[in-house]
Amino acid sequence: MRHHLILRVITKMLVGTIFLFALYVQFHGDYSPGGGFQAGVIMASGFIIYGLIFSLEKLQLVFPPWLVHKLLALGVLLYAGTGIYSLLGGYAYLDYTALSPHHPEHGQHLGILIVEAGVGITVTGVMVAIYYAFAARTPIINDEEW
Amino acid sequence: MLAATAFAVIRTRSLFATVMLSGVFSFLSALLFVTLDAVDVAFTEAAVGAGISTVLMLGTLSLTSRFETPSPRSSFVPFIVVCVTGAALVYGTLDMPNFGSPDAPAQTHVGPDYLARMPHEVGVPNAVTAILASYRGFDTLGETAVVFAAGIGVMLLISGLRRRRRDEDLPEPDHDRKEQV
Repeated sequence: MRHHLILRVITKMLVGTIFLFALYVQFHGDYSPGGGFQAGVIMASGFIIYGLIFSLEKLQLVFPPWLVHKLLALGVLLYAGTGIYSLLGGYAYLDYTALSPHHPEHGQHLGILIVEAGVGITVTGVMVAIYYAFAARTPIINDEEW
Repeated sequence: MLAATAFAVIRTRSLFATVMLSGVFSFLSALLFVTLDAVDVAFTEAAVGAGISTVLMLGTLSLTSRFETPSPRSSFVPFIVVCVTGAALVYGTLDMPNFGSPDAPAQTHVGPDYLARMPHEVGVPNAVTAILASYRGFDTLGETAVVFAAGIGVMLLISGLRRRRRDEDLPEPDHDRKEQV
């Protein structure tokens, strides 16, 4: 896509905004529509659009595959780990009161935030990993073919 | 409009147009969800259906050809099956409560209970997030695990192929060496 000047410039402008919007959807999910799943997908689409317009190699410099694979598992571990933490605190599994026993509402808030972050990380990782798996097999498309 | 898009998806032979039209279909259904006040679902539909799946479909498309080959078999039997299934589904909706009816099961079971308990138990304004992450925390953990498993599966299926090919390359020098010995 070396010749598509407009696409490249617009992508450079948009990628940052997409990431910012993903973080907003992620951490504002308590107050407005959105949450981990949506934020993860938006975040991943930011990475994927970068990979589509520039090249897969450049994207993998920014977001190397080994990091993606670690993030995949990290999200689930973060979610399950929250449950383990509340078990250790003497509460039921995934009872967020354990995070702040004196103020249950704060605990719920914190718990939802952490758990949603775990969901977001896993979804981002999975989407980017699937994109890598497909894109690594793809012969590079000529500009004329589009 | 949804029906028109679906019909266009069926009729067109160009796979590129099909992928784009299915993206359009997702956006239209997202609009439908917004009119039904299900903003979270609409958000997901727009991001996943129209965004990511379109990109993944395009990725797959670049691995195959651009046009579908016309099927030589008659499409009469599938048409009958689709008609019967559609009629059964429409017949099923006749039993459903009217849209927005206060007597609907969704409004009378756990829904009001959650809504009444949520403000002082969770204190999060977005009810969907509260139910998803707090009351239904186990479900969401399961969903995350499913997404994780899907990612691992795709990686194993697609990246594993390359690994095997590399392994197939490896024994050959070994074999040669044995012959030399």
